[in-house]
Amino acid sequence: MPDGSRSTLPFHLHRFHGGLHLEDHKQESATRPLQTASLPGQLILRLKQHIGEPNEPRVAVGDRVLRGQKIADTPERVAAPLHAPSSGTVVAIEDRPVAHPSGKSDRCIVIEPDGLDEAIAFEPPDLERCSREDLLRLIREAGIVGLGGAVFPTAAKAETAAAHPIQTLIINGAECEPWITCDDLLMRSRPEAVIAGIRHLQRILEPAQTLIGIEDNKPEAIAAMQQALDEAALTDTRLVPIPTVYPSGGEKQLIKILTGHEVKSRHLAFEIGLLCQNVGTCAAISDALDRGQPLTHRIVTVTGTGVREPGNWVVPLGTPFEHLVELAGGFSVERPEPIMGGPMMGFEVRLDAGLVKAGNCLLILNRDHRPEEHECVRCGRCTDVCPAQLLPQQLYWYGRARQFDKAEEYHLFDCIECGCCAAVCPSHLPLVQLYRYAKSEIREQQRKSWKSDRARKRHEFREARIARQKAEEEERRRKKREALAKKKSTPAARPETELDPVQAALERVKARKAAQQVAPKNTDNLTPAQRRQIEEAEARRRKLKQGPDS
Amino acid sequence: MSHLYSPFVTPSSSTNRMMLNVVIALIPGTLAYAWYFGPGVLVNVVFASALALALEAAVLLLRQRPLKPYLGDFSALVTAWLFALSIPMHSPWWLIATGIGFAMIAGKHLYGGLGFNPFNPAMIGFVVVLIAFPKEMTTWFAPAELTGQTLGLADSLRYLFGLGDNAQWDALTSATPLDHYRTSLGMDLTISEIRQSPLFGDFGGVGWEWIANWWFIGGVFLLLTGTIRWHIPVAMIGSLLAIATLFWLIDPDGTASPTFHLFSGGMMLGAFFIATDPVTAATTPRGRLVYGALIGLLVYIIRSWGSFPDGVAFAVLLANMATPLIDYYTQPRVYGELPEEED
Ligand code: SF4
Ligand code: SF4
Repeated sequence: MPDGSRSTLPFHLHRFHGGLHLEDHKQESATRPLQTASLPGQLILRLKQHIGEPNEPRVAVGDRVLRGQKIADTPERVAAPLHAPSSGTVVAIEDRPVAHPSGKSDRCIVIEPDGLDEAIAFEPPDLERCSREDLLRLIREAGIVGLGGAVFPTAAKAETAAAHPIQTLIINGAECEPWITCDDLLMRSRPEAVIAGIRHLQRILEPAQTLIGIEDNKPEAIAAMQQALDEAALTDTRLVPIPTVYPSGGEKQLIKILTGHEVKSRHLAFEIGLLCQNVGTCAAISDALDRGQPLTHRIVTVTGTGVREPGNWVVPLGTPFEHLVELAGGFSVERPEPIMGGPMMGFEVRLDAGLVKAGNCLLILNRDHRPEEHECVRCGRCTDVCPAQLLPQQLYWYGRARQFDKAEEYHLFDCIECGCCAAVCPSHLPLVQLYRYAKSEIREQQRKSWKSDRARKRHEFREARIARQKAEEEERRRKKREALAKKKSTPAARPETELDPVQAALERVKARKAAQQVAPKNTDNLTPAQRRQIEEAEARRRKLKQGPDS
Repeated sequence: MSHLYSPFVTPSSSTNRMMLNVVIALIPGTLAYAWYFGPGVLVNVVFASALALALEAAVLLLRQRPLKPYLGDFSALVTAWLFALSIPMHSPWWLIATGIGFAMIAGKHLYGGLGFNPFNPAMIGFVVVLIAFPKEMTTWFAPAELTGQTLGLADSLRYLFGLGDNAQWDALTSATPLDHYRTSLGMDLTISEIRQSPLFGDFGGVGWEWIANWWFIGGVFLLLTGTIRWHIPVAMIGSLLAIATLFWLIDPDGTASPTFHLFSGGMMLGAFFIATDPVTAATTPRGRLVYGALIGLLVYIIRSWGSFPDGVAFAVLLANMATPLIDYYTQPRVYGELPEEED
């Protein structure tokens, strides 16, 4: 099929268990065109914006940096460097509050933009001559991570996956969380960049087919993407509108919807020949490979009941969230509740934290009173909606009782923290929060027991070595003793027997022969156990030779 | 800064609302009960409810818990109401007090309160008084249709406090249809002979069968509002009908018909209101089916071969006991766990 993109064959969609039909609140921000954010007074760039190894600064306080200049990196493979989003001066490298569920502080590079927005010279690579390895290296160098929220370094993911035969490349444009529309806007305004990125991924992974999944509540994005796809004439690539059910954009759920496959617990998608990439990541790959531009900006939805003019902006990384609130016309409620991400999986952030690569949305809600909590009444609504097909009430029960082994038995680690259970719980229990806590506790325990395990193994190894040395020492001494004893016993025999010299000479020869036979042979390079065996055998032989009375 | 946590959505339901739905769903059946048997049942319900709420408040004070959220959750009301409906009308106050006391304290708070109780509190209370006061618990009043009269409110109150008139009492009491069945079958009467008794209506007992219909309607309301799910009632009724049909086909003249079983005693109330108590029922989807079926089966067994005329309370408590086991063995297949893989 030369033009797989325009297939009119019906596509068989699968369903995942549970999920929720949520009020999607997309209109608030999706009806305005994509805008470009103004520069804030400071860019606060967290050093580590990805999953994996931490970065080290490549600049010093006082340095002038240009847009696109690398400012942090590490030699490690599973990492992504960081680049300056605008020209300016590094004014600090210090701990600042970061966008993190715990509200903690972490190392950040603070840049004061000079407003000139001078960039380094971007040189698009000569793609014709690039090998697969070159492409992966370029993607890594551009600081690209999964922009759907997972922020796993894209090059590392693709490299690992490329070692397996990839059957299906899945492009995630589902954007299933309410309120968020940044992928929608991206697909509507730059569909050709997304498609170009897909083409690069296809070159790296050589999948048999590519499926682009977009929730059917985004008809404009679907139309724009389909048109770009037709124009690009990608082979064996198909756009599949999928029903709007939260969390269809979860990797495992999207895989199920599009392929019917399920990724086994504790396994990764590429092990069954699948790889998922977010549409935003695809556009970033195109920017890196077609324009030579690293990842310095991303589209952010600023929305919610708590801002005056919701919308989407192309925002330099490191922009403080309060600047985003200003862009959206300021707060419209008394007690705003700022959340990074969507209402289902997002978390509260401080407004002075800087935007990170994971930041797809700044949601401002009104801080309502939390409804009263009750005990779990085991009503099972959570079970009905859990897309991982778990028993959230049992996880809650065991998690709260700190019976973590039991919680694990009930597949705690298969929980994707989608929040469906907590959203329907009539007792308003903080279920997801408890699961996160239980998971971190278990990981901590495992880390500890792994450490003590390692200490124990080291100890055992040392004990074994000492024992072996002792055995060897013993062996040496024994041999020495034997040799001495032989020397002594030979002359001592004479006075007793009082044989004539000829007889005595004969006896000596016999004794020497016997000693030679008894002496252990080839005992070098043997393990203590083997030595012990030989020793025992020799001892038995000696006994037999010397007769029962000796 | 106090950290808020996801999901940030307004909850669509609450435990209070669910319990309130149960109370609402009980109203039509309770009114029908009063219609056929007199207002005595209302006296039972009101007295039991007041007692339960007072006890709940007292225990909460003792346990130093806030009153408002717990008292407002309607669960004490539901327990009291179900207990009051299960016992005979015009029961004396001390019987009700004993039952409610056991239900609230031994059945609920000793385990740590709502959510922690392994047994249905109302049924705990019921079984305690059934065993402690067998005479009072088997004295049932006949429907108005048979005796031509019922006790008014004043008389009902008098009986509640043990001041009633004994002669009047004897004139009005009668065996329940289930009771009648047991004794008559014991006397080797055939079903058709037994059904000659004026106690019997079209399906079950006179009056009783209509109340059962109202419980059913209340149950439909609970299903439609999503308060309960279909699994338990359907499995419970299904299994009772299945086993009753089986024995009835084998010996139609020696066993009660399946419909009689369905419309008698605590079956309807049990299927929609008692067995569906989520706290003490199995919680996995398949587990609910097993749980419901087990109760239906036990009801039939206890009614047919046990020493009590009705078996719903015992059946529910026995199934409560099996709940952890049922839940354990009916865990759903987790995403990514392939069905053919058994490891
Ligand atoms: S939804 Fe809430 S109350 Fe119901 S079983 Fe789940 S955790 Fe318990
Ligand atoms: S948060 Fe976890 S337990 Fe709750 S519904 Fe999602 S996957 Fe299931």
